[in-house]
Amino acid sequence: MNARLQTNRVGAVLERAGAWLLAFLWILPLAYAMWAAIHPSAYSAHFTLNAPLTSENFVKAWNAAPFARYFLNTFMLVTMILTAQLVLCTLAAYAFARFRFYGRELAFVLVLLQLMIMPDVLIVENYRTMSAAGIVDTIPAIGLPYMASAFGIFLLRQTFKTVPNELDEAARIEGASPLQVLLKVYVPLAKPIYVAYGLVSISYHWNNFLWPLIITNSVSTRPLTVGLQIFASSDQGIDWSLIAAATLMTSAPLLTAFLLFQRQFVQSFMRAGIR
Amino acid sequence: MKWLASLVGGAVLALASPAVAADVELSFYYPVAVGGPITKIIDGYAADFEKENPGIKIKAIYAGTYQDTLVKALTALKSGEPPDIAVLLSTDMFTLIDEDAVTPFDPLLTSDADKAWAKSFYPAFMENSQTGGKTWGIPFQRSTIVMYWNKDAFKAAGLNPDKAPDNWDELVAYGQKLTKRDGSNVSQWGVEIPSTGFPYWLFQGLTTANDARLMNDAGTETYFDKPAVIDALRYWVDLSRKEKIQPLGTIEWGTTPKDFFERKTAIMWTTTGNLTNVKTNAPFPFGVAMLPAHNGRGSPTGGGNFYLFKKMTAEKSAAAIKFIKWMTAPERAADWGIKTGYVAVRPDAWDTPAMKQYVAGFPAAAVARDQLKYAVAELSTHDNQRVTKALNDGLQAALNGTKTPEQAMKDAQQEAARILRSYK
Amino acid sequence: MKIEGDLLREASGEVGRPLPRSVAHAVAVASRHSNVGMGARWATHVNGWLLLLPAAVLLVTFTHYPAVATFIGSFFSTPKGARPAVFVGLDNYQAMIEDPIFWQALRNNIIYAASTIPLTIVLALFMAVAVNTKLAGRSFMRLAFFTPTVLPMIAVANIWLFFYSPGYGLADQALSLFGVPAHNWLGNEHTALACLIVVAVWKDAGFFMIFYLAALQQMSPHLSEAAALEGASRWYFFRRVTFPLLMPTTLFVLINAIINSFRLVDHIVVMTRGGPNNTTALLLYYIYEVGFKFWDTAFAATLTVVLLVLLATMALGQFIFLDRRIHYQ
Repeated sequence: MNARLQTNRVGAVLERAGAWLLAFLWILPLAYAMWAAIHPSAYSAHFTLNAPLTSENFVKAWNAAPFARYFLNTFMLVTMILTAQLVLCTLAAYAFARFRFYGRELAFVLVLLQLMIMPDVLIVENYRTMSAAGIVDTIPAIGLPYMASAFGIFLLRQTFKTVPNELDEAARIEGASPLQVLLKVYVPLAKPIYVAYGLVSISYHWNNFLWPLIITNSVSTRPLTVGLQIFASSDQGIDWSLIAAATLMTSAPLLTAFLLFQRQFVQSFMRAGIR
Repeated sequence: MKWLASLVGGAVLALASPAVAADVELSFYYPVAVGGPITKIIDGYAADFEKENPGIKIKAIYAGTYQDTLVKALTALKSGEPPDIAVLLSTDMFTLIDEDAVTPFDPLLTSDADKAWAKSFYPAFMENSQTGGKTWGIPFQRSTIVMYWNKDAFKAAGLNPDKAPDNWDELVAYGQKLTKRDGSNVSQWGVEIPSTGFPYWLFQGLTTANDARLMNDAGTETYFDKPAVIDALRYWVDLSRKEKIQPLGTIEWGTTPKDFFERKTAIMWTTTGNLTNVKTNAPFPFGVAMLPAHNGRGSPTGGGNFYLFKKMTAEKSAAAIKFIKWMTAPERAADWGIKTGYVAVRPDAWDTPAMKQYVAGFPAAAVARDQLKYAVAELSTHDNQRVTKALNDGLQAALNGTKTPEQAMKDAQQEAARILRSYK
Repeated sequence: MKIEGDLLREASGEVGRPLPRSVAHAVAVASRHSNVGMGARWATHVNGWLLLLPAAVLLVTFTHYPAVATFIGSFFSTPKGARPAVFVGLDNYQAMIEDPIFWQALRNNIIYAASTIPLTIVLALFMAVAVNTKLAGRSFMRLAFFTPTVLPMIAVANIWLFFYSPGYGLADQALSLFGVPAHNWLGNEHTALACLIVVAVWKDAGFFMIFYLAALQQMSPHLSEAAALEGASRWYFFRRVTFPLLMPTTLFVLINAIINSFRLVDHIVVMTRGGPNNTTALLLYYIYEVGFKFWDTAFAATLTVVLLVLLATMALGQFIFLDRRIHYQ
């Protein structure tokens, strides 16, 4: 018994030490970005305590590329995708959860296929589609392939299925149309799912890179990630101070949001049952 | 040089002469990420040109990197609205011809003055602009490779800080003195020749010095497995493996200037386009020199040319020629070179008062010009990206020691020959 | 996917039960769900499809059609300039089989997946367990683990590039304290892929931790208290109780980890561009290169077919799992 307690205690200490070590390693890139961003570039590889502070990197980075426009583009993109996803996935999930229509099983399997075969790997053919439609280099072209999300449909369908039938029927008896039932009964009950899904979707599309890189080629459409890459890759070599400043600027909204809402974030995942 | 007069007195003449009838708008694709200082320079030029040439409007479109601009131009072409003018890599010439995207300048250059203008550039730059007896590109934003050295490090190693290694043997000898070892660790390397991104370009700095060519003018044949090419690669590999004055493995292009500033390397090879960057950031006195010679001397050129796209009306192409001539006039070429660090593309630009004054104050700027005498065309063939990748892979394999220089170049040549099969 | 049938049974079962509303109404409602009136049945079919339609159109346009078109496109040549695409049969496949870079990218991708997936899952689980206990600095840890998810890969890849810089990079600065000589991490064929694996694990582990954490927080604390009282070691409890209970989460995370190991190549674009000598080329990166740098769309389509087949095979396994999961609920 004592020996066991002993090993338990040693184990706990090891676990704690390991956790701290991991946390330290995991925060390092962010910590480094902060260091490099507030010191002159001569100190970007020298960590001396008395290094002078500066805000110049932020000013320079901000002026070196149209980040305001990139922010706007990303914001429009993320909003557009999320809105479309919420609407489309809700409708489809409702159909799958509560309507028995011809071909439903097959349709559901075909939807689930997109869980694995994501638009990210179909870049060549999707590019061709966009260029045939004449919408290459537009913000909708970045968003379109992602708007119908199998993940969203699947999650919401699972949730809608847990809504008691009595509630549904009660609403219908009062003369509500299927859409009204959806809005009044199902959607409010699935709120945590919407929050959790929304958070995942926002952070995914805020940071998505390869497809936007391919499909955009002008300032008025490029999202932050692509703008950042063009800004970072210059013939003149890498200036980490500027890149760090730009990194912090571009991810500041998401970082602050997470700092403020981290508890709610985890809880919404819990309630959403994404686990 | 009659056209020169018309440029100098442009405003007056343009008012006097019957200007191009209605307003002509030229779309002009330019490879730069928006917002930087270069955008402002180009905007300024466009505004000045419009002032001097009423009736012509320049619509500059800043498309990002060269790669982005090429993609955008080709996509626009396929959708039926090609740009009128674009600045794209000189090495994309064959790609643009194969895609049936561009039109040669020659039929549009009718007057003697026009023909003289086409001959006013450094021949080295024209090598990448002409094929099959036609001129497809006009040099504008061009560069070469030069060698930067840290004068403090030279002093500390007992070398003359004002004299750079002039040939391959000296580079090795200096490098050995400059490499600082403590135990198994090296705190300062002798030299770094970057080998990521576009290793083939830096490699041409070695092959040219070894008097070897990598491809024919038609862009249908490569000579990667010729003995002189293999020797050049062996020299590069030996800098790391035998002489141990260069880090092992591939060296990242993007971090090489930082390595130089951090004194991790005493000598670096990089583009002339880095001059301003080094001038601002190097915390020590530095020198700029031509690449060291061996059986010959020289460097490849690099950078972008003006291209004319197809499907332009006669009126538009006349306006386009006018604009390109204006942009490459000696004063502009000099101004452009001073402001950006790119090499002024024609000899008479270096005779302008502004350029003379600049070079007097900053002699390093003239090194690129002096080296142009020895410059050669950058590697460019049909299916260019693939062929250069074959060479790049071979170079990286040799530098990593997974293939011998012979084997690496033999494989690269075989692959290139396979790719180019269908273009002969 | 049995549940559909249950739904009907539930609906018709309502009839027999005492209901708050009148029985007549309930029957009317039930009949809407069952196969009673023709009109009602048609309404269900039509409504179902109408609700599904917008999502279905987009899914077909951007997932199913391109997947099929990719397959068809792999039998044609790449159109160039004035030359249109022509049917070439299996030529592209032949070229692919003879292409050493394809095999290398495939091999790299398998190594990459086989290392990132288990590492990410184990670390995510460890992190979740760590921040689930009442540890000092727990919220700092949670933040630390989660930051990679919020930071764009494209930006942090540039920072990792600094960490790996030979000599003055953070990795070498730290190792030099222990007398380890500088190493050219990304420039060496033997270490470059491992460096990218580290970045990928770093990026994903914190995200997956959230899922584990959500699952752990829903587990009854009494279980572990009881086990502690009985003197069971934490490890024993974890192995015999916690881990089995987390199985559904692990499967969910596993699927996502698999997808990410084939989907995410942002860091390669920034850090190595597939080099040195293709040692860090992953399949999707190679597809990107062939499709958008070489402009050889037909060959890119052929490579995509391989990737699709790989993913579809794994999707099959996933269906089997999902099916079972639905039965459980």
